[in-house]
Formats: sequence, C-alpha cells, structure tokens
Amino acid sequence: MDTDKDRAAFRTRAREALLAAVQGLVLAVVVLPCGVAFLVLTLVSIVLIPLGVGLFTTPAVLTGVRALADARRRLAAEWCGVRIPAAYRPLPESANPWTRTVALLRDPQVRRDVLWLPVDMTAGFVTALLPAVLVFYPVEGFLLAAGLWRAYVPGSGDPYWYGFVPVTGQATALGAAALGALVLVGTWRFVPRLLTVHFTLTRAVIGASRAALAERVQVLTETRRDAVDTSAAELRRIERDLHDGAQARLVAMGMDLGTIEMLVERDPAQAKKLLAQARRNSAEALEELRDLVRGIHPPVLAERGLGDAVRALALRLPLATEVTVELPGRADAPVESAAYFAVNEVLTNAVKHSGADRVRVDVYHTDGRLRVTVTDNGRGGAAVGAGSGLAGIERRLGTFDGVLAVSSPAGGPTMVTLEIPCVLS
Amino acid sequence: MRVVLAEDLFLLRDGLVRMLEAYGFEIAAAVESGPELTRALEELRPDVAVVDVRLPPTHTDEGLQCALAARRARPGLPVLVLSQHVEQLYARELLADGTGGVGYLLKDRVFDAEQFVDAVRRVAAGGTAMDPQVIQQLLSRRSAGGTPLDRLTPREREVLELMAQGRSNAGIAAQLVVTERAIAKHTSNIFAKLQLEVSDDDNRRVLAVLAHLDRDR
Repeated sequence: MDTDKDRAAFRTRAREALLAAVQGLVLAVVVLPCGVAFLVLTLVSIVLIPLGVGLFTTPAVLTGVRALADARRRLAAEWCGVRIPAAYRPLPESANPWTRTVALLRDPQVRRDVLWLPVDMTAGFVTALLPAVLVFYPVEGFLLAAGLWRAYVPGSGDPYWYGFVPVTGQATALGAAALGALVLVGTWRFVPRLLTVHFTLTRAVIGASRAALAERVQVLTETRRDAVDTSAAELRRIERDLHDGAQARLVAMGMDLGTIEMLVERDPAQAKKLLAQARRNSAEALEELRDLVRGIHPPVLAERGLGDAVRALALRLPLATEVTVELPGRADAPVESAAYFAVNEVLTNAVKHSGADRVRVDVYHTDGRLRVTVTDNGRGGAAVGAGSGLAGIERRLGTFDGVLAVSSPAGGPTMVTLEIPCVLS
Repeated sequence: MRVVLAEDLFLLRDGLVRMLEAYGFEIAAAVESGPELTRALEELRPDVAVVDVRLPPTHTDEGLQCALAARRARPGLPVLVLSQHVEQLYARELLADGTGGVGYLLKDRVFDAEQFVDAVRRVAAGGTAMDPQVIQQLLSRRSAGGTPLDRLTPREREVLELMAQGRSNAGIAAQLVVTERAIAKHTSNIFAKLQLEVSDDDNRRVLAVLAHLDRDR
C-alpha cells in the first residue's frame, strides 16, 4: 500500500514539475516579445502626444498593456493561486482624447503596469524560464553520460562545460550526470514553487497594496453614506419647500380665480381685488421657485461656470470682496456645484461670525486639483467640528475626495482652503 | 417700432408677441436661438431687441452674449434682456459701455403689461430699465455702513430706487402720487448728497446713479 501511495505521490510530483516547466517555458516565450513590443509602443505613443497622434494611440496602447497585465493576473490565479489585486480608476466618460489620455497616465495602476513591462521582460523572463531550465538541464547531464559527450567534444581536446564540470571523456561525462542528478534533486524540491516566484514578483510590481485598498474601501463607504444622506435630506427639503410654498400658492390662486369667475358680474370691485391678490400670489410663487432653484443649482453656475458664479456670489455680499479666478476650463458639473456651495457656506460664515470687513476669494486649478481659498480679516477662532458649518462642508467635499483646511488663529485672519481633485475640460 | 424677440420657450414667445403687437409694436422677427438672433439683429436692424438670457444651442447665457456682441458691433443698439433670475454681474456687463439703451428685467415683470411696455419704449429711446431687484441688491450692499447713502431720507431712497430703475421724473411722480416738482427737488437733494454732477439729461442721470451704486469700495 505504502509503495503505491509513494508511487502516486511521485507521479503527481513529476507531473507538477513538468507542467511548471512547460508553463514557465510558454510564459518566457510570450513574455519577452510582448514586453518589448508594448514597452516600445508605449514610449513611442507618449513621445507622440505633443504631435497629437499620441492622444489617439496612447489610450489604445495602454488598454493593451492593461489586457496583458490582466492576462497575467488570471494566469497567476489559475496556475499558482497567486491573487494580484488591481485598482484601476474608472475612465472619464468624455470622448475627448486629451482627457482620456491624461486620466490614463495619471492612474497609479496604469503607471505601475507600464513600469512592470521592463521588469517583466528581464527578471520576469528569467524567473519564468528557470523551471524549464531546471527540468531540462539534468536531462542533458544524463544524455552526456549516455554518450552525447562524443558529439560535443571534438578531437581537439577542448572541454565542453556542463555547469562547472569540464566534459572531456566518458569519465567526466559521468561527473556531469552526477551534477545533473544533484540539480534534479533541487528541481524536485523547488520547481513547482519557482513559477510562484515569477507571479510573486509580478504582484510586487503591479499589485495594489491591500492596506491601501482596504483604506480606500473604508473611505468610499463613508463618503457614499454621507452623499446618500445629504442628497436625501436635500430632496426632503425641496419637497417641503415646494409643498408649503409654490404649490400652496398655486392652489390659492386657483381658488381665487374660481371665486373671481363667480363674482365678476355680481361684484366687479371685489373681483378686481381678488385678481390683484391672485397676481401677487403668482409673483410670490415665482419668487419662491427662484430661491429654490438657486439652492439646487444656481443659474449663473449653469450659465457661466464656477468663476463667474463665485463673482456673482461676491456681489451679493455686504462685505468688500475681491475675487480672483484662474481656471483654464470648467470642472464637471457636480464638482463645480460642490465647490460653489462650499464657498457659499464659507462666505456666509465669514459674514455672520467673523466680524470681517474684507474678504478675498482665490479660485485656481493646480496639480490636478481645484483649489479655493477664502481669506477674511475678521477675529479668527473658526474651527472645523463642534457643529460648525465647516464640518458639513468637509463631509460634502468628501464625496469628491475633496479636503478642507482651516487656519484661524484667535485675532484672525481666517483662511479656509478647500481642494477637490478634478480635471478641467 | 420694430422689435426682434428672442425666447426659446414657445408659450412665452407667443405671449410676448401678442402683448407687444397689442401695444402697437411691429414684430420684425421672433426667434428661438442664439445664432438666429445674431442674424436677425444684423439683417433686420430693429429699433429694439427683447432677449432671453438663456437660449439654445448652449442653454447657457447665449442670449446675453449675442446681445453684448451686437452692441459691440453697433454701439447703443437698444437691448432689453429678460431672465428668470437677475445677477448684478450681468447688469454690470450690460451697463459697462455706458451708452444706455439697456434693459435688464426679471421675466415676472411682463405680468404688468403697462410697465413692461413702458420699459421697452424707454430702452428703445436710449434709456435704461433696470429690475427693482438689481437696484435693491446694489442698495443693500452699498448701505452696509458709513456711505453717503446713509444720509438720504427714506423718501429720497425711494426716489433713488425708482430713478436707478430708469424712470423719468414724470414716471416717478406718477408712481409715488406726488407732483413732478416735488420729485425734482428730491433728485437734486440726492445728487447733492451723493456728490454727483447734476445733468438735465434723464439718461445720463440714471447712468451716473448706477455707476455710483456699482462703484467698488
């Protein structure tokens, strides 16, 4: 029984070693040309970006690189059970090739993939080839001993080096066989794990770190909950405003019109009074709707973008306000809206609590971030947290991975900075 | 008087056409987009244009931009801009060239046909018609403390508000139910307190007041 079991284990082991050798060989054969080709294509594409052509080829090539990396991730899982986590950012929907290219090149995962190409075609190639070498090299040693040495060693007497054994005749060929046997023992022990080395190396280069991923998931879960809560609260507020405001006024108007219809002949004077009231109601309904719209998405923001919307906001303030805007394009509508309402809140705070008589607002875009600073010359002492409006702003910016920083020493001045990562179009 | 009208919502466009025709205006064209407006202003050379701020194809401030461009090409071209909301920012841009013949009103103002038509006529004649909301915003912002505006009596403030909207002395007198002479006295007081140069020309007077209110501190 024991021998049977041993034999079965032996066969499994041999099959594993041979399989690893073949898989490694196949991988090595594919790795080198693919790696070289994609690396060259990527570099050429990136160099061609200033000429415009690169804008169209780079996304295609990088998609190819990603496919290559994804294929390797699959093989790693199937062959050796090595899981290589990936964290690609979602591509922007915009069909604009510039936006797509920049977004791709900014993605740390894509950058890791590209850096992996040279590693893969050198160290990756060697580690993939090693199992095959370790399986087939001992075989050569045995063949030498079996007589192959005659073909390798010509009459001149120059030795054929098998490892560190100089093969010159049958005796040394037997030495080669002995070395081959030694190697084979090593092969036997290590080959199945050697291919794992290749995939572990791959994971070290292109794998997203698990801790980073976990942290990201945590942040996303929190900000998503905040976003859902905020928007639900907003919808409830809008519903209530409509219900108690414009809707009620329209009902009153309808009633007045009904009464007017009845009164118009019997009591024209009273009808006229009611008409005036109906008109007042319609004007007030419009006014309320206008305020509501301003709270949902200010028209200036839709018409002019963040810069002019902030300028328009400043014009409504009872403080002297200086606004500087340096934005070469427009951010996505949700980002613009978040930034606008954050600035609105910060300015309202400044008016209410700071006692300032001057405010400066700077809006600009740098290092892939939209940055707004609001500085006032008030008494300072503002802080995030403790039920201040600033905590609410911070939470809402979180949805966009935005951050809020407050510097407000007692005695002032107060400087509030908010940053949202985004691309301008 | 020939009018070019630009408004993308059919109901409003139709209503405006009917109202203006009822008051004896000739509608040279009623268009619904920015490019059509630009073409109509160039080809038809109307006496006044009534323009909605937001127009297709961009649905941003296309109407305002077309109006400003047309006024750059033809300084003083009378334009009355209508909007669902008023912004000082836009008012300032319209007034920037200082030539007059500019109006900026909330769409709600068409409820009062008489006053609205009066505003169109005023703008066509080279005057101004600023929405009361714009003026109130300017006033509330300017009177935050320590400005000459604080020295005005409540009645003078009322007169100032109406004057800044672009009304003539006669118009203000009718609105406040007093004599024109009383208004003339108020206005000269206002001009003295704000240290503005007195002008007989109604239009220049309004522009001076608006410029004073909109001045950066």
